[in-house]
Amino acid sequence: MTASSTRSGAPVVEVTDLHKSFGSNHVLQGLNTTIHQGEVVCVIGPSGSGKSTFLRCINLLEEPTSGSIKVGGDEVTDPDCDIDAIRRNMGMVFQQFNLFPHLSVLDNCTVAQTTVLKRSKSEAQAKARENLEKVGLSDKADAYPAQLSGGQQQRVAIARALSMDPQLMLFDEPTSALDPELVGDVLSVMRRLASEGMTMFVVTHEMAFAREVADRVIFMDGGNIVEEGAPSQVIGDPQEERTRVFLQRVLDPTHVDPGAEDAAYNKRHEHDTTGNGFTAPHDTHGHYGGGAFG
Amino acid sequence: MSTTTEAVPKKKLSPRRRAQRIRWVQYAILGLVVVVLALTVNWSEVQRNFFDVEDIKLTFTSGLGTAVKNTLVYTAGAFVIGLVLGTVLALMRLSSVGPYRWIATAWIEFFRGLPALLVLLAFGSLSIAFPGLIIPFDPYGTVWLGLGIVASAYMAETIRAGIQAVSKGQVEAARSLGMTAGIATRKIVLPQALRIVIPPLTNELILLIKDSSLVFILGISASGFELTKYGRDLGNQTAGLTPLTVAGLCYLFITLPLSILVRRMEARQKKER
Repeated sequence: MTASSTRSGAPVVEVTDLHKSFGSNHVLQGLNTTIHQGEVVCVIGPSGSGKSTFLRCINLLEEPTSGSIKVGGDEVTDPDCDIDAIRRNMGMVFQQFNLFPHLSVLDNCTVAQTTVLKRSKSEAQAKARENLEKVGLSDKADAYPAQLSGGQQQRVAIARALSMDPQLMLFDEPTSALDPELVGDVLSVMRRLASEGMTMFVVTHEMAFAREVADRVIFMDGGNIVEEGAPSQVIGDPQEERTRVFLQRVLDPTHVDPGAEDAAYNKRHEHDTTGNGFTAPHDTHGHYGGGAFG
Repeated sequence: MSTTTEAVPKKKLSPRRRAQRIRWVQYAILGLVVVVLALTVNWSEVQRNFFDVEDIKLTFTSGLGTAVKNTLVYTAGAFVIGLVLGTVLALMRLSSVGPYRWIATAWIEFFRGLPALLVLLAFGSLSIAFPGLIIPFDPYGTVWLGLGIVASAYMAETIRAGIQAVSKGQVEAARSLGMTAGIATRKIVLPQALRIVIPPLTNELILLIKDSSLVFILGISASGFELTKYGRDLGNQTAGLTPLTVAGLCYLFITLPLSILVRRMEARQKKER
């Protein structure tokens, strides 16, 4: 499966000059890309680069400030567009799973089928069980989300999304909230989905997964697509300096980059002062920590 | 904060020893109070006034059951009206439609700011003010409406807090499955919100049980007496406080189990989190 062969599929999502601002914060600064049928696209980049916002714009969980997003030819940003119908065809998997805690695993997978697709209860349950089987959790159908591990919850979330028979699956850092030993199960489910030909758009920090599964990797930084192409190119042989710095930091966390340390320190400090004016990092006397709050 | 460390006296009593000594002093004072009360209070007088055996019998046989039933019926009706109206008001307050928010806010502030007694009086006088206006199930309907509307204002705020306590991710997950805002609210948000607000709503119910005593202000025939009115009337006849005491114990008999229930539910919710 090479990048060129899969990209011959019909375009599923076409993004043109996408901008998004939160107040004065210009998070997405003009993105262009096309996701083709059957393609697996992984978006990587430092935190705050806008990857998640980009993904959330595609199913309109965030309203783009300007630009165009076409899904299956329909303009998502058009007020006349039936966004519920478009979302039905797009599965979404969240970093925090967002399973419905008051419903059993099986009901989590059927509630949207029966209310949105108007499937019969038995039909919905059959579909749900089929997908739970696929993610290896058919024995947990009657459990409640709180009884499951994070990895199991995320796999249920995938089964829930698959039960709507989506054309495209969006993954928003699906393994970032998981304990390291649980990441593998989720990734192997995703790997299998990819091999079955599912169109996938994945925001991830899992470089090994991106390198192995993705047809195309997009590197984002500062609200822009800095570099995109086959994983062997973007991850294996990055052309841009920013990509190289990022990959170096991610792939070799022990590598100390003095500039980055400073930037991280400044960012933390900035955050603290804007938060409550409490300048703890600069407080060398220690009486704040020991006395008033100790 | 630093001055306290300087103020420690030279003669050292360890903090634990000191705390222990302070505790013993408090026990001693409490014990003394009990002894003084036991010696000074005229217990036979107390018994005659509050726990007269004949009056207790009389209270039980002259229609206590009806009074308990009426208290429960007044409360239940008002609670149902409060719950339904409160849920609607909570949704209105969170609506994206401005006028809904304004109406709900005005309603809540208005009825929270007024004494329940005044509202009840107003509803009791409605049929005098508007001849021909008939509130169904009188006198129950009047009480249900009056107390229910006041309760709705409080419950709306409780339910709104419950709805807002459901994480944003739940709505996002529901909407990204293609659910409309309405379906997401009904199937995902409200069931979770109601679970969260069951303990505070039970507290609301306890308050309503007690507020049902305000019915005494309405001129109601004996068949409509609730516990307080019943106890007071009987107390006037017997020239003693025993009927009121019995009525009070009846309230506790209803409210204490509910309080315990609330505490249990809160403990369980804490564990689940």
